[in-house]
Amino acid sequence: MSSFAEIVLILGMMAVTFSIRYVLLAFSGRFSLPDSVEKALRYVPPAVLTAIIFPAVLMPGGEWNLTLNNAYLPAAAGAIIAGFLFPKRVLAASITTGLIVFAIFKVFIR
Amino acid sequence: MSIIIKGQNQLMRKEFLNGARDTFPLLLGAFPFGLIYGTLAVSSGLSVKAALAMSAIVFAGSSQFIAVGLVAAGAPVSIIIVTTFVVNLRHMLYSAALLPELKHFRQLWKIILAFFLTDETFAVAAGRYRKDDDSPFKHIYQLGSSIVMYLNWQFWCAAGLILGSRIPDASAWGLDVAMIVTFIGMTVPYIKTKPMVMAVLTSAVVSLATTQLPYKLGLIVAAAVGIAAGMTVEKLQSVNREFKREKL
Repeated sequence: MSSFAEIVLILGMMAVTFSIRYVLLAFSGRFSLPDSVEKALRYVPPAVLTAIIFPAVLMPGGEWNLTLNNAYLPAAAGAIIAGFLFPKRVLAASITTGLIVFAIFKVFIR
Repeated sequence: MSIIIKGQNQLMRKEFLNGARDTFPLLLGAFPFGLIYGTLAVSSGLSVKAALAMSAIVFAGSSQFIAVGLVAAGAPVSIIIVTTFVVNLRHMLYSAALLPELKHFRQLWKIILAFFLTDETFAVAAGRYRKDDDSPFKHIYQLGSSIVMYLNWQFWCAAGLILGSRIPDASAWGLDVAMIVTFIGMTVPYIKTKPMVMAVLTSAVVSLATTQLPYKLGLIVAAAVGIAAGMTVEKLQSVNREFKREKL
């Protein structure tokens, strides 16, 4: 990424993020969010993350790969299972399990 | 007169320190994210300067993560900015909730507190505003929380960047898998209700079906369809409940 693109990226991200955080305060209560928008917002993080995870795992490099050569597959499966098994420590469980499974597959199967 | 001012200063300092103190447990929650963000940023192809600047002036963890992931995937700048917008929209809920508390303050205060508004600071500050003592400096409490969150985030991002640049050829070591499993760990806690399951499954299927779309547009399409699917199930559930209640 060129440094010009980086500057545009960061300024753009700052502009949208700050506007979101500030706009309601700036106009102090002259309008509020409709109920349906509030409901929709709760789905945003899981929906966006899922849309990144699935193609990255099932189609690494842009091609379908459902074989055991694809170490992302068991790593992701391990991370999902571990996440559900340890609801109080989801992040730690998913990351550790995913990385360990990935390493095992890379070393022993390739 | 000077006694009153002195007393006020003490009160303000107390609010600031209490805000900082009550945020402390959440700092521990944020530090691995900062560390991982920094590490991933190195392997994504973002320069160290840009990764630091992003933490310093965007200051929004999950969108920074996603931005780094999209940079690594070669997405164009415009799509990353649109995605940032979508991902951070939830912050509007927070400022909506804080509005009654902050609306009588000067514009400068609103700007400062808005810039630093994160999930963690919102959670802590909302607790302070709810207490019904009539301290006029609850916003200073929020500022205290904001400042420690900010410093903590900058510190761990920088630490992650140093760590990431010490590991030669991080992507060959599978650091991109670290990003994927981190995202999984961030998604799993949401999956508790039927509507959420529906949203996630739909987003998954649509994201796989739309990988051919240019500019990584598939991401936005998949998320939008997933959100709509989740809301539909939620709507059906409440219609169903109404129906059962009427029959009783």
